[in-house]
Formats: sequence, structure tokens, C-alpha cells
Amino acid sequence: MKENNRKCFKMGLRDGLPISLGYFAVSFTLGIAAQGAGLTAIQATFASLMINASAGEFVGFTLIASSAGYLEIAIMELIANARYLLMSCALSQKLPANTPLIQKLIIGFDVTDEIFGISIAVSGKLNPFYTIGAIVVSMPGWASGTFLGVILGNALPARIVSALSVGLFGMFIAVIIPPAKKQKIIAGIIVVSFLLSYIINTLKIFDFISSGVKIILLTVVISAVAAILFPVKEDSDNEA
Amino acid sequence: MKHNVYIYILIMAAVTFLIRVLPLTLIKGEIKNKFIKSFLYYVPYVTLAVMTFPAILDATQSVYSALAALVVGILLAWFGASLFQVSVLSCLVVFIVELFII
Repeated sequence: MKENNRKCFKMGLRDGLPISLGYFAVSFTLGIAAQGAGLTAIQATFASLMINASAGEFVGFTLIASSAGYLEIAIMELIANARYLLMSCALSQKLPANTPLIQKLIIGFDVTDEIFGISIAVSGKLNPFYTIGAIVVSMPGWASGTFLGVILGNALPARIVSALSVGLFGMFIAVIIPPAKKQKIIAGIIVVSFLLSYIINTLKIFDFISSGVKIILLTVVISAVAAILFPVKEDSDNEA
Repeated sequence: MKHNVYIYILIMAAVTFLIRVLPLTLIKGEIKNKFIKSFLYYVPYVTLAVMTFPAILDATQSVYSALAALVVGILLAWFGASLFQVSVLSCLVVFIVELFII
């Protein structure tokens, strides 16, 4: 068992490395935004170490710049990060029942889109050490990128920033496409998700909804309809 | 009233931590309800899909380089490329396409 934990931890380190590089690029741009909002490099890095959420931090920095109230920032953070609530619910089913509380707290501290993506893509139950390995290697990427973003500002060529910024999306694609190849229902759901997401994000009448809330609404509605139309058979969660 | 930046950050961190940790610690054992099980099974695919598209189109300097990266990424993943390969090659596609059009 110990041996297996070590193996999973190493796999987590390996799969977390591209995430860390992607984080570095994204958080670099986040650092530039933080600097624009008037935060120091130390403050922005502290935020990145404590929060680990791109949209949540970005929204927070914007509100800090406008010296919003504490309650306002708390509510906005709740909305911007509510999708993690759904992801943590899904992860709770993926972890073995006997996972110690401390490991749940560590994993819970850093449930990001990408960490969630690779964790849920593991076949069968999730060994917590896999996720912890990915967290260990990716958190420094996120924090150091933020730090350098504040310090170096716009020194990196636009071409490089542009290229690096699809890295995270590439990762999402790599998580959702292989199961879609095996299961037609998932392929169909991805197509529908793309279409509805495009419509909601393009039509002006939906402009009053923030992008975080759009993600939540789409996720809840599409997943609920899919669950009603195509209930999952008993053992198919092994392929999730 | 002047607000303290560190208090702002700690509030943001506390809210985010609770959102992530409560489901992990409060949901004990396996959920039996068929609807909830199915719902949670589909959540990751839907949420990653809606976060990818159309957001990817705004991520780069040109819609076309992003679209190229999206198509190449899907094809690579379909034919079995790893997470790292898909991610790095998508970046490379953007870089190459933008060399030509920008």
C-alpha cells in the first residue's frame, strides 16, 4: 500500500508538471492584473498561495482596486468559485471512503479546474497521493508566476503569452476527449455544452450574467438534463 | 473607511476554502441516489467543456490561432496523445499560426 502511494504521488508529480507550466503562464498575466489593482508582489503572491483560483483572484483584485466592502468581496468570491462546490461533490465520490481528514483538507485546499480534471480522469478510485503530488508541483508554478507577473509586468513578448495561454485549455481537452471516444453520450454532451456555452456567451441579452455564474448555470442545467435522460448504469463510474 | 488588503485576501481565501472543503468532508460514503450519481458523473465533462469554449477563442491574439489549437488539440486527444503533449502542442500551434497571420 505504501509502495502504491509513492507510485501515485510520483504520477501526480509527473501529470502536475504541465499544469504547473500552464499555471505559470496564466498567473503571470494574473500578476499583471494584480499590479494594476495596486497590490504589491508580496500581497499578490500571498493571495495566489492562499486561493489558487484564477477567476476568483481576478475578480477579487478588481474589487480590491475599487475598495469594495468585505461582504461584497465574500459574496463575489462565492459566485466566482461556486463551480468548485460541484467539483468537490464529484471528487467526494471518487476518493476512497477511508481517506483521512487531513488528506481531504489538503486536496480541498487546491481543487482547481486542472487538478480536478486530472484527478477525475484517473480510472477507478482516486488515490489521494496522486492529487497531492499534482498539488505539490503545481502550486509553486501558480505562486511564482503571480510574483513575476507583478515584478516583470509586460516584459514577456506578446507572442509567448498568447501561445502559453491556450495551454490550460489544451489540458481540459485532453481530459474530456478520450472518454468521449469511448462513450457516445459523453461526446454528445460535450457538443451540446460547446453549443450552449457559445450561445450564452455570444448573445448580448445574457451579458448581465457574470462568466462564473454562466459556467455554474450551464453545468447544472446540462448535467441535470443529461442525468434525467441518460441515467448512469451501476458500474460505469469506474470509467469516469 | 480604509480596507486592509490582507483582510481582503483572507476573506477570499476563507470563502474559497469552505466551498472546496465542505463537500469533501461532509459527504460521507457513496451517494446512492441514481439522479445525483448520474448528475455528478456528467458534471466534470460539462464544466470543463463550457469553460473551454468559447473562452479559448479570446485567450490568444487571434481567433484563428485559437481555433486551430482547439481543433488540433481535439484530434490529438482523440488519437491518444497525453495530457502534456496535447497541452504543449496546442501552444505550439498558436505560436506557429500567429507567426504567419500577425
